[in-house]
Amino acid sequence: MYRSHVLVCGGTGCTSSGSLKVKEAFEKAIKAEGLEKEVAVVETGCHGLCQMGPVVIVYPDATFYARVEAKDVEEIVKEHLLKGRIVKRLVYEEAQTEDGVKTLADTNFYSKQVRVALRNCGVINPEDIDEYIGTGGYEALGKVLTEMTPDEVIQVILDSGLRGRGGAGFPTGLKWKLCRPNQADKKYVCCNGDEGDPGAFMDRSVLEGDPHAVLEAMAIAGYAIGSDQGYIYVRAEYPIAVERLKIAIKQAREYGLLGKNIFGTGFNFDIDLRLGAGAFVCGEETALMTSIEGKRGEPRPRPPFPAVKGLFGKPSILNNVETYANIPQIILKGAEWFASMGTEKSKGTKVFALGGKIKNTGLVEIPMGTPLRTIIENIGGGIPNGKKFKAVQTGGPSGGCIPAQYIDIPVDYENLASIGCIVGSGGMIVMDEDNCMVDIAKFFLEFTVDESCGKCTACRIGTRRMLEILTKITDGKATMDDLTKLEELCLYVKNNSLCALGQTAPNPVLSTLKFFKDEYIAHIVDKKCPAGVCKALMTYNIDPAKCIGCKACAKGCPANAIKVNANSEVKEGKKLPYLVIGDECVKCGACQATCKFGAIYKK
Amino acid sequence: MKSLAELKAIKEKMQNQMNMRSDADHTRVVVGMATCGIAAGARPVLNTLSDEIQKRGLTDKIAVTQTGCIGLCQFEPIVEVYEPGKEKVTYIKMDAEKALEVIERHLVGGHVVEKYSMGASGLK
Repeated sequence: MYRSHVLVCGGTGCTSSGSLKVKEAFEKAIKAEGLEKEVAVVETGCHGLCQMGPVVIVYPDATFYARVEAKDVEEIVKEHLLKGRIVKRLVYEEAQTEDGVKTLADTNFYSKQVRVALRNCGVINPEDIDEYIGTGGYEALGKVLTEMTPDEVIQVILDSGLRGRGGAGFPTGLKWKLCRPNQADKKYVCCNGDEGDPGAFMDRSVLEGDPHAVLEAMAIAGYAIGSDQGYIYVRAEYPIAVERLKIAIKQAREYGLLGKNIFGTGFNFDIDLRLGAGAFVCGEETALMTSIEGKRGEPRPRPPFPAVKGLFGKPSILNNVETYANIPQIILKGAEWFASMGTEKSKGTKVFALGGKIKNTGLVEIPMGTPLRTIIENIGGGIPNGKKFKAVQTGGPSGGCIPAQYIDIPVDYENLASIGCIVGSGGMIVMDEDNCMVDIAKFFLEFTVDESCGKCTACRIGTRRMLEILTKITDGKATMDDLTKLEELCLYVKNNSLCALGQTAPNPVLSTLKFFKDEYIAHIVDKKCPAGVCKALMTYNIDPAKCIGCKACAKGCPANAIKVNANSEVKEGKKLPYLVIGDECVKCGACQATCKFGAIYKK
Repeated sequence: MKSLAELKAIKEKMQNQMNMRSDADHTRVVVGMATCGIAAGARPVLNTLSDEIQKRGLTDKIAVTQTGCIGLCQFEPIVEVYEPGKEKVTYIKMDAEKALEVIERHLVGGHVVEKYSMGASGLK
């Protein structure tokens, strides 16, 4: 038996910052100290605070070590694991106090969070089914199969108020209820792991950190709708998630938790993986099912809805990874427990992926209705470098921006919809005063232009024309007529596209137009980019009063654009100020970074 | 998996290991593990405490951790028991057998084992 557990994060974020090396170093150092029978090293899924990775947590003290490198490991082993002295310099800054360290749960980042979907992420070893069972795993499946009828299961999910976490927010119980009565020789349960929004990574983290929760929930769904086969559609770009899912499915089959006659009840259910090649449109339900069938992933008109005619033409349901991760908990703790969290119409918790201009980049799970301010200022730790908060983009390329004046808005489906935003899959990209909103809209539109499958004209050509107008605006070549055309085109694409990709593609443009129209006008009328982002509309300048003529900028300039200002005079023996010449300048900003006197500014 | 009983058996086997990873308010049993403590034999005390707490399925209530030098090197191995809302109890010159007795009588039974405590040695 072990007296201490060292949890090393093996999520994608920490893995890329070197956590596997840290884990190896721990195993080596622990062996060298002869502690291998006393201290267990466990590779877990994502802890959420990716900014501080690689993350290491030592239990039972719950000491949170941040940004651990392999060279730090020996000290932790010798001091903490052997002698019980916490290595304070490596403890996450926020958890350090004057007279010691706080536990993880008391830090700002974690104290406001409520972890349901993420409850096991960063806590259990996702490659060990016993650890999942040790935290109550597969009990919900056992309860459902031995004590409940399929209709009772559906009723619990309905009563819980759980809505789809993939973006649309459709009630999950209702989806199951609509599928249940449809008779067929085969029915399917599908899982949407085709997470494609730029900046969203909660589904990946759940699959990496707690894959069995998804398998268990899919089996429960199979029992509820009368299906014996599930498919998980996951992106091939998520190699760790794919690997852990394969291991999880194998272990569940070995234990007989997938397969024939589960718990001796006569219920059969199995799950297979299907890897997606990364097309954004395959996150749309009909396109996803077409792709599972082995065809080109394109959406088709609905009805018929998948509940009637889905995968292989059979009645099917499709739920998102995070939605599934909530289900075993709802079954075990009851619909009332889940419904007690959140707001009137948005129940439970939601995972958000915080990114962009924010101190604590990472995954957070909060009750629905938590004010945006809490997420940005408390959990996220605010905007770095003393910059001003400008807006948050939610829902990625299908969503919109929430400007600073709405920072107190409670984050749930209804409130965000009321200002033209969506909860979406939960990506939150924070922007500060240095972000140009026209440029942001252009960025997301470039994404949808790339990802449009090309099946319908409105989306294929409409988004391209929109991008052309936006490019004209950022180049300073647009007129106010173009802006009117852009608005018209937005509505056209929204109303005439076949699937949600096209229908929501104009959202980033519409919402930035709604809240930041002045920025568009500044680009068009004044030919200025207020944030100083759009290169065609800004110049670098030298303030003659501050320049001492040291030539440091001229030496660093790759375009030789900095020359002596012929018009300036020599004053009191001071060298001549230098000047950026507009024509040759490539606007790389190297001069501004070089200048020690703050003489170079953007205009 | 042919029955729920099999699932329950695995859960019970794993539960004590998993409970260690919770952040709840525990009774903390702290073993002094500085050089002085280790030299006096604190390792077997720590391991005995940790194993026994797990065997008895008490990891959801009691956390066994270490600390550095407490400052009373001649009385090592030292074990301190912090119960929420109660005064700290310090046991001195511990060994594995005494540790088992402390679990049985103090942590389970609720009575401080005075004869091993610092008070009994005349130190206050």
